[in-house]
Amino acid sequence: MNIFVCVKQVPDTETKVQPNGDGTFIETSSIKWIMNPYDEFAVEQALLVKAANAGSTVTVLRVGGVKDTEALRTAMAMGADDAILVDAEDNLDSYTIAKSLKGAIDKSGKSADLILCGKQAIDDDCLQVPQVLATMMELPSVSVIVGFEQAGDTVTVKREIEGGALEIYEVKTPVVLATNKGINTPRYASLPGIMKAKRKPMQQLSLADVGVSLEDRRVVYSDFSLPPEKPAGKKFDAMDDAAAAGVVAEVVGLLRTEAKVL
Amino acid sequence: MDFSLSTEQKEIFEVARKFAIKEMLPKAAEFDESAIFPREIIDKAWELGFTNTCIPSEYGGNGFSLLDAVTIGEALSYGCMGMYTSIMCNDLALSPIVIGGSAEQKEKFLRPFTEKPLLASFCLTEPSHGSDAAGIQSRIKEDGDDYILNGEKMWITNAGHADLLIVYCTIDPSLKHKGITAIVVPADLDGITVGKKENKMGQNCSDTCGIRFENVRVPKENVLGAVGEGWAIAMKTLDHSRPLVSTIALGGSVRAMDCSIDYANERKQFGIPISKHQSIQFMIADMAQKIEASRLLIQKAAWLSDNNLDSTLIASAAKAFTADSCMQITTDAVQIYGGYGYSREYPVEKLMRDAKLIQIYEGTSQIQRLVISRKVLGK
Amino acid sequence: MANVLVFSETNNGNVKPVTLEILGKLTGQSIDVAVIGDLADDQVKVLAEYGAGKVHKLNGANLEKYSPEGYANALHGFISGGSYDYVMTGATSLAKDMVPRLATKFDAGMASDCVNFLFEGDTFQGTRPLFAGKCLAKVSLQGPKPHFITVRPNALGMPESPTAGAGTASDASVEAGEIRAAIKEIIASASEKVDLTEANIIISGGRAMKNPENFSILSEMADVIGATVGASRAAVDSGYAAPSMQVGQTGKTVSPSLYIACGISGAIQHLAGMRTSKVIVAINTDPDAPIFTKADYGIVGDLYKIVPIMTEEFKKILA
Repeated sequence: MNIFVCVKQVPDTETKVQPNGDGTFIETSSIKWIMNPYDEFAVEQALLVKAANAGSTVTVLRVGGVKDTEALRTAMAMGADDAILVDAEDNLDSYTIAKSLKGAIDKSGKSADLILCGKQAIDDDCLQVPQVLATMMELPSVSVIVGFEQAGDTVTVKREIEGGALEIYEVKTPVVLATNKGINTPRYASLPGIMKAKRKPMQQLSLADVGVSLEDRRVVYSDFSLPPEKPAGKKFDAMDDAAAAGVVAEVVGLLRTEAKVL
Repeated sequence: MDFSLSTEQKEIFEVARKFAIKEMLPKAAEFDESAIFPREIIDKAWELGFTNTCIPSEYGGNGFSLLDAVTIGEALSYGCMGMYTSIMCNDLALSPIVIGGSAEQKEKFLRPFTEKPLLASFCLTEPSHGSDAAGIQSRIKEDGDDYILNGEKMWITNAGHADLLIVYCTIDPSLKHKGITAIVVPADLDGITVGKKENKMGQNCSDTCGIRFENVRVPKENVLGAVGEGWAIAMKTLDHSRPLVSTIALGGSVRAMDCSIDYANERKQFGIPISKHQSIQFMIADMAQKIEASRLLIQKAAWLSDNNLDSTLIASAAKAFTADSCMQITTDAVQIYGGYGYSREYPVEKLMRDAKLIQIYEGTSQIQRLVISRKVLGK
Repeated sequence: MANVLVFSETNNGNVKPVTLEILGKLTGQSIDVAVIGDLADDQVKVLAEYGAGKVHKLNGANLEKYSPEGYANALHGFISGGSYDYVMTGATSLAKDMVPRLATKFDAGMASDCVNFLFEGDTFQGTRPLFAGKCLAKVSLQGPKPHFITVRPNALGMPESPTAGAGTASDASVEAGEIRAAIKEIIASASEKVDLTEANIIISGGRAMKNPENFSILSEMADVIGATVGASRAAVDSGYAAPSMQVGQTGKTVSPSLYIACGISGAIQHLAGMRTSKVIVAINTDPDAPIFTKADYGIVGDLYKIVPIMTEEFKKILA
């Protein structure tokens, strides 16, 4: 099988995010980049599928800056065979990223049997790319999958929906699948794996090579800002039994109307 | 002059750090409390290539430099100093084979360690000979094609789990260091008795025992180098292992500083986070200085060793400085935590207990100063 | 004035509340609503009250249950026949899966999970969180129309005095087309309580619980609001609660939407485990308890009086 995995490089979850000077994006100079955590599940699933299907290859794709290629190297150190990097800014929208990924797959000269992505990237949290890519490639897709079984060219996947219920899909390959936490336990890149990854091929393409221009963007962000500071909490005195009922009713009301957690 | 690690070294550090945080840290307190040997951690670390860093690639190893190895060491020690002591013990034990062994010995003794997660112990110290290692009493006597080994070793890391023992003994105690011989002893030979696990102050998950050898018959072909060359092999081994042991102090120091910073930002006294009090700021600033200096000393010692330059002075300086710094840093971490720091509920008192051992094993801080002063005074 | 279509999902025949939140915010635009399947007249009336002009009920074969392709194809066909500038819907599991596919069929863009928006003339301008809410940014759309927008449920809030629309209902026939990824089976979520680390709401008891039996008043409240019950270290060490229930430095680290601390003083060890909770309610008799420094809503009172009243209030509000 020809398996493709799409990965994104995102700021480490511990990173303190700050808007940049003119509010056009975040400050990226001191950020530590990691592979998007949901993409680790996609890489792991690709490697499991490869192991179960002799002769398979895993190609890992990324659209983003070339300065730091952490995510691709990690994927290859985990066991992916080769990588394709489309050199682009780090703040493309889902549409141009998906279009670039499609362009890169087309350029690879291989027909994709399985495309795996993380369900969302933890930077822009859009949850779009897998489904957009599938639609552009005229393929079916299932997102937020927590279970995977394969029998020949049929895969059965579990998709997680609200409240933890599961939808079971049966679909023939080729298909685009977007992985969620719970589908597997991603392996660590082993040290011999890191050494081997040095010699694995990484092809570099430009946006023009994959037929994408920045004018293709559909979504434009501006005015990055920090969320408002959490105001000091409210304290109510309900030591007096007579006051208790009123106080509780007020707090429960606030939980709904102000805190919006009910 | 370039102070940056290579791309691969950065990746190695990141994956080791991730392993330390996800696999080691969560179990550190429990393994300490119940003195659980970290076998599962060692096996996983072996799978990922974190162990046996000294084995050359021609014998199935990863071909790591010492600079690679100390990069791994700092990252893993952050997870638990005691666990890393047990992980790096193989490097200490197998280095004599790398340094003094023949090609046949390396093939025979090293390769199995790359094929499954075996453990080895370095057996030098004796009940009455610690710092004065040249005076060891364990003896070998010739008997046909074999040597007969008799003697007793003390404070042997991983002894209760070891598959292979690298034993320092003497052909004649009156020859002092000129009689010392290193010999490879499979742990399952007849006549070997491992004592009970020592009940220690810190690094409790790491296994430490005495070993008694009674008429143990070891083939002559197991002698590393030649009879009487053991002392030179041991000294070269320590040049290699001291930077690695120093990373235990460094990783523990970084962990203690991280805990201190988190706590100082969280804990409020007099209406403000204690990190706003200058007394706390200065303690943390001292931690940061010592950590930077520790790392530089370790890296320089490793670089000297990798380039076949004399690393003895810097390796000893690294060992003494990192161990003493770690003791101070972990003590200050407990101080910053106050009453909470003294409680086992919080992570820093364990760091302080673990740190103490580093000033003692692999040559005490005083022995390191002896080595350094001999070098600088030209004696 | 922009032409906006709001796609509404239904739950047991009722339109989802997020639909009404969106409608309330669209006052001044031309608003249609589309649903897949039938919709009872009373629900059409609700939509009208909140501003819906036309209500389109889309019916066709193979649309009884959701499939990403079937729904996207059906809506694509219907929307192509209109002249909508924007298509909006709640950012639910279904919409997150389906709307990117639908937008791409129009070669159009999509703004995900907006928490606020306005129209400048005919032009949409949204606000959405990025980096897990560590940042907010304004979002605008360009390129082929219609533009697609999903809105986070509960973010806008219910409009207080919505402007009513005509609410003219009509049926439209749509095609699901080829469905390659189809649902074979749905497994309802296990009735077991979710684990503390994954719980959306947590109610924890402290030393003031006094014994294991008293935890039942917390369990009753938990059942009403779908919460998981936790405990402080003091309660666990005193044997009032199982160690698996412990929240804190040496227990579990949790970050639910709502954390209700009952009779917990707020030792630093406990705070370390729950301070990232979105909203914290504290109930304690000691007005100086440290927990109140972290609480969004603090109630100084006796938990044995407060908790039962709160349970009743929750019942009322969630009825």
